[in-house]
Amino acid sequence: MSETLNLTLKVWRQSSPSAPGEFKTYKVYEISTHMSFLEMLDVLNEDLISKGEEPVAFDHDCREGICGMCGVMINGQAHGPDRETTTCQLHMRRFKTGDVIVIEPWRANAFPVVRDLVVDRSAFDRIITAGGYVSVNTGNAVDGNAILVPKQDADRSFAAATCIGCGACVAACKNASAMLFVSAKISQFALLPQGRPERASRVESMVARMDEEGFGGCTNTYECEAACPAGISVENIARLNREYISASLTAAE
Amino acid sequence: MTTEAKPVLDGRVPAGAMAEKWALCKRELKLVSPTNKRKYDVIVVGTGLAGASAAASLAELGYNVKAFCFQDSPRRAHSIAAQGGINAAKNYQNDGDSVWRLFYDTVKGGDFRSREANVHRLAELSGNIIDQCVAQGVPFAREYGGVLSNRTFGGVQVSRTFYARGQTGQQLLLGAYSALMRQVNHGKVKMFPRREMLDLVVVDGLARGIVCRNLLNGQIETYAAHAVLLCTGGYGNAYYLSTNAKGCNVTAAWRAYKRGAMFANPCYTQIHPTCIPVTGDYQSKLTLMSESLRNDGRVWVPVKAGDPRSPDQIPDGERDYFLERRYPAFGNMVPRDVASRAAKERCDAGYGVGSSKLAVYLDFTAAIQRDGEATIKAKYSNLFDMYQKITAENPYKTPMRIYPAIHYTMGGLWVDYYLQSTVPGLFVLGEANFSDHGANRLGASALMQGLADGYFVAPYTISDHLATKKLSPVTTDHPEFRRCQEETGAKLKQMLAINGKRSVDSFHRELGKTLWEYCGMSRSAKGLETAIQKIRALRNEFWTNVRVLGSGNNFNQDLEHAGRVADFLEFGELLAQDALTRNESCGGHFREEYQTPENDTRRDDANFQHVAAWEYAGPDAAPVRRIEPLEFTEVHPSQRSYK
Repeated sequence: MSETLNLTLKVWRQSSPSAPGEFKTYKVYEISTHMSFLEMLDVLNEDLISKGEEPVAFDHDCREGICGMCGVMINGQAHGPDRETTTCQLHMRRFKTGDVIVIEPWRANAFPVVRDLVVDRSAFDRIITAGGYVSVNTGNAVDGNAILVPKQDADRSFAAATCIGCGACVAACKNASAMLFVSAKISQFALLPQGRPERASRVESMVARMDEEGFGGCTNTYECEAACPAGISVENIARLNREYISASLTAAE
Repeated sequence: MTTEAKPVLDGRVPAGAMAEKWALCKRELKLVSPTNKRKYDVIVVGTGLAGASAAASLAELGYNVKAFCFQDSPRRAHSIAAQGGINAAKNYQNDGDSVWRLFYDTVKGGDFRSREANVHRLAELSGNIIDQCVAQGVPFAREYGGVLSNRTFGGVQVSRTFYARGQTGQQLLLGAYSALMRQVNHGKVKMFPRREMLDLVVVDGLARGIVCRNLLNGQIETYAAHAVLLCTGGYGNAYYLSTNAKGCNVTAAWRAYKRGAMFANPCYTQIHPTCIPVTGDYQSKLTLMSESLRNDGRVWVPVKAGDPRSPDQIPDGERDYFLERRYPAFGNMVPRDVASRAAKERCDAGYGVGSSKLAVYLDFTAAIQRDGEATIKAKYSNLFDMYQKITAENPYKTPMRIYPAIHYTMGGLWVDYYLQSTVPGLFVLGEANFSDHGANRLGASALMQGLADGYFVAPYTISDHLATKKLSPVTTDHPEFRRCQEETGAKLKQMLAINGKRSVDSFHRELGKTLWEYCGMSRSAKGLETAIQKIRALRNEFWTNVRVLGSGNNFNQDLEHAGRVADFLEFGELLAQDALTRNESCGGHFREEYQTPENDTRRDDANFQHVAAWEYAGPDAAPVRRIEPLEFTEVHPSQRSYK
């Protein structure tokens, strides 16, 4: 059954990276409970445009939970109240009429605000650039079945590899740590034979870049795992730590 | 009116036997020596499977690559959302697969409207793609013994689809993205995210660069190179509601069209049978449920029209498993165009289910009883979860409700065998080109084509262009760059200055409704003529009544959207024009006037066994329709039968 909601939104507005930001209060009416959260923001924006006010900027693309482009703090929770759910997959049936919803961008030094709810997450790309790959040029591959991977390892590697790079883990962490993101990529390769030759240099260079980018340290509160829309496990952080210690002990020089 | 101009287009297909053409082509290609490669700059626009794989591979070879995407990171390109899998003729299952069979299935699936030589090359390269992805650490599904797993997709009778649960596109794209970022680390790729290409710069008849808008600060930037690769995806969002990401657009391809690249077969659009149905006017996109689900799901509607009972109350004898009934040989695994039309036919006849009556059931009860819920969960859990999030219904207990939606576009910029467009130096890869899928693409073939083009075709063929063409030094100081830059800026200013009454989104929705109604799953001459009139009127209104707020000098998503919609409003007319001119039905292009008594497509091979490529003739002139005749030497065109 479709019901409709009337809601009060407190939305972070910030016109540019250097401008001061503030919360502005808007009302939206007759929001269908079948709408996604982003469709509710679409309705708000159409209303703002009709009144001659610039629409709220927010990042989004696939709107089916896989591209990792969307993500806002909803009442203090990254991607809102549902577990393993991106902002675009959160539906308005989760709310009640009369609710006040506070909507903010990710807050982290390493993710500066671009405009309104949009942040700059290029630090994640730079961490991957530092070593999140297997060094194999096109054309160098042997037959796919020449590399046997036990099903359990393939499944665990896949589970880590499903990280969508949205940044919710950083936003949810009181230290703005990127350990869950980095550990997911480290784990994907550490669990596969293809990743073994570079495992030591990979973990060292990715962690070094993570620190340079200004992400905080991990204090094992696991907010990251609770907020992660892809269900990435904190076991990966433990694996990263093992990989890192092992790399430090076996360093050539 | 359209005119058909001579001479016909030459696809530059190499001579020789079908299975030897690609080898022969590679033998004849001119090479650029390793020390000279570093003297060449190549621009790659788009970082999906085709763009990321091409940019990485070209950089590995030694070229200087500049890669552009409009998203905040190259990893977000819409290839990431591909679910079911990627085909390859490995024959790991020992079930009779071969390069020839993949080639045959693809040509037949495309309803005999693709270029045979391209398809054969694609089938030849399919195995290398899997090997490359495995080497990169893509965690494909495996069997307990450690070997790769396969499943079956529509339109074929073998298991040749490799997959990573329902997230194959994500894993393949992240593999290509990691290869790309590795080259960023080596300094061979310079990455430009949040840039949108707004023009192609042609100097002395050769593609030499692009104009783009820096979406962060609004600056209009220019970049020069020795060759440009467009890997900018399809135009499904012309329909507003589609399974595409919101940002997907035709702009880069359309601006290239206006600079001389011909646009081929725009009317070949793919409507995917298994999407979550529309629920309301606010809806912003449609979500696909992977074709792989049809391996275990059975499609049905009630035998009695308008049956009000819930699905669990309808006994098996009162259900019409209409795909199994009509197509016993392929059953639920018929190709997408066939399955979509069959679902539409049942709904139009009054047998649809759900509140809108525009849906059919996809039922997993039999598979869960046979294999157990755990097995089904292991194969499809992310898809089932996605369905439940959107609909608040549990598909393990209640059948999914599905309906067809625009998903993929087979048409695109015309390219020859070398993937070069009609503008020398402009190469087009992946969904953005037209070449391999004919009038209908088979499931799990888009990923295959994007990666084949990017890893294994363009890196070879581009060297021939660089080695044989005289490429004079051109920088962004060239007057043509200045001119294109100014034109781009002026157009943006014009849109901002209109300050009318209607939002950009309202125009986009109206265009989408028009295209879906008159140029969707079913088309007629009368409807298409209506569509063209409506689109023209809407376009005129757009340029006098659109309201785009804010300025061009900062981050302005509404302005980005306005530019894309302006292009869709021009492109939509060409799409309808192409559909109107093609007086036959084939694959995804279904003209009501041309069908068999059983509601299947009726081709007209005598008059339409060709590619239609449209040439831009100026802002006020009708485009010119050119033809590339198609020859079938290996797979003889026949009425497709999946019975």
